Amino acid sequence: MTNFLLLPIILPFLTAILLMFAPKNIIYQRTLTMIGLIITTGCSLALIQIVHTSGIQVVTFGNWPAPFGISMVADMVAVLLITTSVIITLFTVVYSFKSIGIAREKFFYYPGVLLMLTGVNGAFMTGDIFNLFVFFEVLLMASYLLSVIGGEKKQLRESMKYILVNVVSSALFVITVALLYSVVGTLNMADISVKIAEINQPGIITTIGILFLVVFGLKAAIFPLFFWLPSSYAAPPVPVLALFGALLTKVGVYAIMRTYTLFFVHDIGYTHMILLVLSVLTILAGCIGALSTFNVKNIIIYNIVIAVGVILFGVAQMNDTSMIGAMYYLVHDMLIKAALFFLVGIMIFLTGTENLRKMGGMMRSYPSLAWTYLIAAFGLAGIPPLSGFIGKMLIVKGGFEADHIWSSIWILLSSLVVLLSVIRIFIYGFWGEEKRLVAVEKRQGYWRLYIPATILVAITVFYGVGAEWIMPYMRDAADVLLNPSVYTDAVLKE
Amino acid sequence: MEVLMAFVIGFLFMAAVYLILSKSILRIIIGTGLLSHGAHLLILTMGGLTNDAPPVLAEGAKNMADPLPQALILTAIVISFGVTAFFLVLAYRAYQELGTDNIDELRGKLKDD
Repeated sequence: MTNFLLLPIILPFLTAILLMFAPKNIIYQRTLTMIGLIITTGCSLALIQIVHTSGIQVVTFGNWPAPFGISMVADMVAVLLITTSVIITLFTVVYSFKSIGIAREKFFYYPGVLLMLTGVNGAFMTGDIFNLFVFFEVLLMASYLLSVIGGEKKQLRESMKYILVNVVSSALFVITVALLYSVVGTLNMADISVKIAEINQPGIITTIGILFLVVFGLKAAIFPLFFWLPSSYAAPPVPVLALFGALLTKVGVYAIMRTYTLFFVHDIGYTHMILLVLSVLTILAGCIGALSTFNVKNIIIYNIVIAVGVILFGVAQMNDTSMIGAMYYLVHDMLIKAALFFLVGIMIFLTGTENLRKMGGMMRSYPSLAWTYLIAAFGLAGIPPLSGFIGKMLIVKGGFEADHIWSSIWILLSSLVVLLSVIRIFIYGFWGEEKRLVAVEKRQGYWRLYIPATILVAITVFYGVGAEWIMPYMRDAADVLLNPSVYTDAVLKE
Repeated sequence: MEVLMAFVIGFLFMAAVYLILSKSILRIIIGTGLLSHGAHLLILTMGGLTNDAPPVLAEGAKNMADPLPQALILTAIVISFGVTAFFLVLAYRAYQELGTDNIDELRGKLKDD
């Protein structure tokens, strides 16, 4: 049973392989994907309980002693993010049944989704810096497929840019790992942490830390490196967009969190101040973008950028309160972004346009959709009983504790801009005179999109209301992040 | 030896950056090829360049070259090979559909947007 923690990686991978044998049989594809994902969800929920009761789980492949083999480390940070990713993928698959289209389903759509999940889960769980690179490539390769599948002109154009940016950032990742290896002489993350503590982080390690920030910042879309994100996320169809928006940038955020709490903790005044400044600028850039557009997809896409900034602001404080807040907000943001993309996708499905100015008055025909959207929008902005509140409150509180007064106020102000940007969709789309809707026969089966979206919104509401119940898990996660020795002792226990 | 390699790798990066900033998509892909060459050579150099025996046990040599960077490079080579193959086919498809290989003409809005 020590290998139990590998199941969230292995199960999607095996399912993807089995799916490749009968790509044209849609019933086989759909049922097998659902079975695989439901079992994976069960396993990852069980894994949370195991990690909560009996501490960090570690497996080093091939019975090699810890720094020499590849370690897989299931700490609370990793298992929480894995569970969230699996749940989001499950709902995205249900949503895809109606929205992605038969042609794409017959062309390895579900294997693509599952392989991306494999890469995401592997990246969350790995304890080896080069293995992290490999899992990044697994998820990126699957995301290239998903972004171009269907082959529309727009997708071809945008995925070329997306691939180019990621090829460059992967090369930078390899270079950075090479430099780090030449300084510390090891690849195991726990061992790297110990070695850096022994040499007390000389200048070269700080340089490597900034290089890591550039590499992961390209994946996570932080301020000067987010330029690729809006157009390349707007190109693929909605379920793919929901997967990308919920999972891909968050892997980059997780990698920054991990390296900046485990490796580069001896010169916080420099590295974390840069992280702080960049996160504030990221929020500014996202706010400007979210207000600049009337395309419903793009409004939510720019909100991804804002959320990345908020989470990294929490990480940059390096105190208990804000780290719990960052973890809480990270999980919240993954769930709420997927839900919002689903809902916006339904609006596009019903009206046949992405332009907010051409929508209007959908409240009359679809009141339940309108109220669900309003709850999700309030959740995103952080209205108290809902899920966005506690995370952001703790982050801001941590900011005040660390004496970063103005930037914390800036976080609060950004919430107003977030609220304005999403409420604009509500006002333009649902209020006013009824404008265009597509023909009735094309709107058939709308509930098949509405149900997964609503359940996901319900989960986020529960996540906000049940904060008391979830908080112990978040505290465990923040504990691992703030005390590198907990992590390194668990991995290097021999 | 490492200094010489550093200059060579630096030159490769310089050429790669120059090519990636050009307008033709094929030049960009050649640039990514040079970039990955530079990265792989950098791993090799950073592992240390010595006159030791190749890392094979059968020869009975006392000092062997560091085997770890070689495994890393092997992994990185196949990954960049896969990505480059995908990128080349994508560039071919994009040329067929969009009728241009000029990155400048891929800006702005398409007719079907």
